Amino acid sequence: MPIGDTIRVALRSIAANKLRSVLTMLGIIIGVASVIALSAVGQAATIGVTNQIEALGTNLLTINSSSAQVGGVRFGPGSQPTLLYTDVQQIAANDPDVAAVSALVQSNGQVVYGPNNNSATVQGTSADYAQIKNLSLAQGRYFSTPETVQGANVVVLGSAIAQTLFAGTTVNPIGATIEVKQMPFTVIGVLAAQNSTGFQNPNDYIEIPATTAMNLFTGSPYVNSILVSAKSPAVMNQAEQEITSTLRFLHHLGPTQASDFQIFNQATTLTALSSITQLLTEVLSGVAAISLLVGGIGIMNIMLVSVTERTREIGIRKAIGAKRGVIMAQFLVESLALSLAGAFIGLVIGAGGSALAGFLTHVGNLVSITAVLLSVGFSSVVGIVFGVYPARKAANLNTIDALRYE
Amino acid sequence: MNALIEMQDIVREYVIGGDRMRALNGVSMDIFHGEFVAIMGPSGSGKSTTMNLIGCLDKATSGTYQLDGHDVSRLSDDELAEFRNVKIGFVFQNFNLLPRATALENVELPLLYAGISRKERRQRAEHALERVGLGNRMANRPNELSGGQQQRVSIARAVVNGPALILADEPTGALDSHTTDEILQLFEELNAQGNTIVIVTHEPDVGRRAKRVIRFKDGQIEADDGRRSAGRPVMSMSGPGDGVARGEEQDRCP
Repeated sequence: MPIGDTIRVALRSIAANKLRSVLTMLGIIIGVASVIALSAVGQAATIGVTNQIEALGTNLLTINSSSAQVGGVRFGPGSQPTLLYTDVQQIAANDPDVAAVSALVQSNGQVVYGPNNNSATVQGTSADYAQIKNLSLAQGRYFSTPETVQGANVVVLGSAIAQTLFAGTTVNPIGATIEVKQMPFTVIGVLAAQNSTGFQNPNDYIEIPATTAMNLFTGSPYVNSILVSAKSPAVMNQAEQEITSTLRFLHHLGPTQASDFQIFNQATTLTALSSITQLLTEVLSGVAAISLLVGGIGIMNIMLVSVTERTREIGIRKAIGAKRGVIMAQFLVESLALSLAGAFIGLVIGAGGSALAGFLTHVGNLVSITAVLLSVGFSSVVGIVFGVYPARKAANLNTIDALRYE
Repeated sequence: MNALIEMQDIVREYVIGGDRMRALNGVSMDIFHGEFVAIMGPSGSGKSTTMNLIGCLDKATSGTYQLDGHDVSRLSDDELAEFRNVKIGFVFQNFNLLPRATALENVELPLLYAGISRKERRQRAEHALERVGLGNRMANRPNELSGGQQQRVSIARAVVNGPALILADEPTGALDSHTTDEILQLFEELNAQGNTIVIVTHEPDVGRRAKRVIRFKDGQIEADDGRRSAGRPVMSMSGPGDGVARGEEQDRCP
């Protein structure tokens, strides 16, 4: 019997029981839709987290002072300053896998221009800071290494601060003189607006040379942290080791002594986070795969009922000349058609869900071809595997008994 | 010219609950091309078992059965299916039409399994339905047809593939006497056109319309008026009669 006729016979019997066919497909529909939608959600989470981490800087290593321990009470990282500004210069000079280094000296203070003023986080940094943090400038320039060395009174404003300070004026911020903690500074640049990376708004920061910050505001040779950009993602661990040995040498630490600093490696965090989100995706897909399996069992159940219900029809077909293979093919095609139709409907729903997830999380279209192929492939396998038993049962029916079945 | 149906010492035993039950006990008979035979007998006489054997739906425990020169006992299940498709047209008591298919589709069914193209299937099925007088009911489903009409559809289905034998199991059992008469007339017409017809029935009226009656009792042939009246050659349609039958058979299969 030609395959076209087999398919026609199978589709006809599916169409004859519309409600039942849809209910049978429901398991597969939900399974496929959830595989596709959930993998898209997992993907969105991965991309989102990765973007956030990468926004912190390029191949970033952050070095903080260790926690202080006073009378058995251990304080937070950085509570006992150990990192000197000279450490920054030594790392830049000695460690080959380091592309850029910046000190970070933080303080808070009021900035004033004319009638406007605002509270700001004042960050003392090195010239490389803009490169390490991928900062782009809306206007002007970042300060240069000579300015850092000299401790020049120059400032780069965050976008929000710039807007607040120069609100209501037509003055070009570049070249204007503002007051930072009552000291005069010349504005040389305005940063482009950045996305928030956590609990702080980087647009409220202002950047000045680290030396200036130490001289004018903190009055200490220590810096809060050192930011390092490794030459490539591959050498981040090497760079971390180089920095560790450089700092241990500079801090005169013996082999048995613990380091008085901590290095936060972005790569490690990324790996950890991406393994978490990957696990999440796998768990979600596993749950979805189980629902596909359940859908397959639903198909088998209905096919078995259908075989019993159509015993007489099978008897007629066999009496009239249908071979075993033809009966088997008819029921197999039927269960395959049910699961493929279910997969297709699930695909449309899942893709819609994914598009919605992509739209809501601003990460674009996330329908993964892998998830589509996997779920459609899996459901056709389910359709065949769970169709074989009912189809065999139908094909093996005794013709005489089947003809007499009431 | 050999007989269409040649049964020799056929025994059919069933094992029910460990006991052997002999439904047929040494049945021998020949049925020739162009005959119109009624197989009769009370229930339990073995006539249904005989019908299943003749129809190649079942195999004998022992004995030989040849249909149209082929030894049926040597065929596999799939070969039997193909053999039934080509050689036998079934007519059942309860019509056994596919409920969701139209009359035309029901009649097309044997041709579908014979692997005949869609276009030819349609033509031949239409022709068969016209022959049984249902040219105007082709698109109706079984539940939209009367009992007599449904039986006509099933007869159209039986003849559509040009079988060597039309085998009817109580074809009038579910019909009133008027419709019974119509259906029997149709069988007579088909027989007059050269078709070999075997009807299994317990209705004496049906038996009276057949040209030969074989009576079963307790798994054996009790009486066979064809055999008794004139011996085998009379019913063999040998000579010119055979030629006519063959010619008409060819007409039926365009």
